[in-house]
Amino acid sequence: MSHMSTLLEVSGVSVSFDGFKAINNLSFQIGPAEMRAIIGPNGAGKTTFMDIVTGKTRPDDGRVIWGEKSVSLLKMSEAQIAQAGVGRKFQKPTVFEDQTVHANMLIALKNDRGFLASLLYRPSNKDLARVDELAGEIGLSDQLDRLSGELSHGQKQWLEIGMLLAQEPRLLLVDEPAAGMTLAEREHTTAILVEAAKTRAVVVVEHDMEFVRRLDCKVTVLHEGSVLAEGSLDHVTANSRVIDVYLGR
Amino acid sequence: MRQSFIQKNPSILIFLACLALFTLLVTVASEGFGLGFISTSFVKTLGKTLCLCLVAVAMDLIWGYTGILSLGHFAFFGLGGYMIGMWLMYERTRLIVVEALAQSDIPPTPEEVVSGIGSQIFGVVGSSDSPLIWSFAHSLPLQLALVVLVPGLLALIFGWLAFRSRVTGVYLSILTQAMTLALALYLFQNDSGLRGNNGLSGLQNLPGVSAGQDQVSLWFFWASALALGLGYLLAAWITSGKFGSIIRGIRDNESRVRFLGYSVEVYKLAVFTITAMIAGIAGALYYPQAGIINPAEVAPIASIYLAVWVAIGGRGRLYGAVIGAGFVSLVSTWFTGGQAPDIPLGFYTIKWVDWWLILLGLSFVAVTLFAPKGIGGLFDLLKKERAK
Ligand SMILES: Nc1ncnc2c1ncn2[C@@H]1O[C@H](COP(=O)(O)OP(=O)(O)OP(=O)(O)O)[C@@H](O)[C@H]1O
Ligand SMILES: [Mg+2]
Repeated sequence: MSHMSTLLEVSGVSVSFDGFKAINNLSFQIGPAEMRAIIGPNGAGKTTFMDIVTGKTRPDDGRVIWGEKSVSLLKMSEAQIAQAGVGRKFQKPTVFEDQTVHANMLIALKNDRGFLASLLYRPSNKDLARVDELAGEIGLSDQLDRLSGELSHGQKQWLEIGMLLAQEPRLLLVDEPAAGMTLAEREHTTAILVEAAKTRAVVVVEHDMEFVRRLDCKVTVLHEGSVLAEGSLDHVTANSRVIDVYLGR
Repeated sequence: MRQSFIQKNPSILIFLACLALFTLLVTVASEGFGLGFISTSFVKTLGKTLCLCLVAVAMDLIWGYTGILSLGHFAFFGLGGYMIGMWLMYERTRLIVVEALAQSDIPPTPEEVVSGIGSQIFGVVGSSDSPLIWSFAHSLPLQLALVVLVPGLLALIFGWLAFRSRVTGVYLSILTQAMTLALALYLFQNDSGLRGNNGLSGLQNLPGVSAGQDQVSLWFFWASALALGLGYLLAAWITSGKFGSIIRGIRDNESRVRFLGYSVEVYKLAVFTITAMIAGIAGALYYPQAGIINPAEVAPIASIYLAVWVAIGGRGRLYGAVIGAGFVSLVSTWFTGGQAPDIPLGFYTIKWVDWWLILLGLSFVAVTLFAPKGIGGLFDLLKKERAK
């Protein structure tokens, strides 16, 4: 494992909001085809970490290095970072509610992002086939013509994951995908994410320990903006500080 | 499987058919070509209304579809009017000056003609030279190009500054009002080069055309109907495909679109600029029918009315914008034109000229609170009834 190249390297990153240090000298690495779970108490900085990687929040300090060419993500706009291959699912499901599932998928599908290209765009057979294929993967094949606002909470989460996959990102950041899902829905979500991590890096933030266990991957524990522990789930859950700040509550 | 955007959306064909029928009926009933049921001045009112519908379509694109409440699109409308007005006024004055100078024995030099035009047009603001911005006024093709280029360029520069700094929501609306106010104040100045508060007048006369107003009014009416039809088609096409999906996405959740890799600012700027150009064209057709344009037309309140029309008609659907602008502006003409009968209450007489704006304001509040889909929402109810 130690010789595996890194896709994303975050080092020494700090950010504070009005003097409050939300992220404190955080370092984090992930390889090109790896699954990683991030856990930690509320306010630990998990979402803020994703904000930094995706360009939404600019850190006060530190470096965020991406890909084989080791480019810095800090100089890029959100759109450029997304185009470089970082996909993100928000904590609260965000899909375009007054548009069909199909239209949502088409927006997300990896294609030229320029406005002229979008204006002249007509879905190719390949694109339509890809949408069908993805809809199958996320279990929404028979929902394609529905307005996405009419979907159940779980279906919206899947749609958003499907949109991420349609972007064909190299790194997927997934914030609390299982929140509000039934057990069966959670299992389906696990399957989608595990499948995705075979070909790309996937970072999952989740509070639900059972869910994390099923992901069966390395775990990073965040606390007060820095890494408290890292390793297998059994390893970190045996850590006394982790038990103190997170599990014990 | 893959249909054209018109097949997918039958309301486009229905709208175009209604527009064509309306144009035909007005033509047949007009004084210029037909039965004379409709006076020439009312043909002009209807033609102007079509132009207002066109600028409302533009407003719907930027507000209803993209979610940017611009309160400055009437400024672009006015600029379009000024650009065509410059040629109309210059060319007509030139013909008059040439004719007047032809009376003398020696043929006039070009300089004499130019200075004659200058003092004719700018005498009212105490000047006799054509300002630099009138350099192209002698050329119809150039001024026609400016009808789209000037509003387009202003929108491009203003939009680039505003969107790049991520100004959104109510702040953006205020900024567009400030832009409109600044433009109006500039135009009010005597040395603006556009005749200050006199504005440009006599625009109803087409230079070198001997046909009467009964004919000319019809030409402009047709041109307005054509522009509205084409503008509607363009807007329907823009909103139908992936681009339409993206701008509605920007309206509903800007950051989602951004994290999908789209440069939201570029999309906003594109819609802002395109709609400013459409507004410019609408204005260029409107003011020759109005006959006069002055800075009061560009006043910030006009752009607010535009938003009110679209809200009342139902934003986010193109026919809603057309219905709103058509209905409200015609009713407004009726009330403020003195045709509406005053209501004597004994102790007080309701004069519609004064009360109309209050009524309009109240309907705006009522629509916002109770029928956010506007008049267009009625069609949804109808559809639902039929589906039952
Ligand atoms: N834009 C902001 N302005 C001010 N404070 C912020 C901002 N974003 C996050 N914070 C603060 O930073 C801290 C970390 O927040 P963050 O949302 O990253 O936590 P989290 O680990 O995702 O928590 P949760 O599990 O509740 O989602 C919190 O105390 C939060 O209030
Ligand atoms: Mg969070």
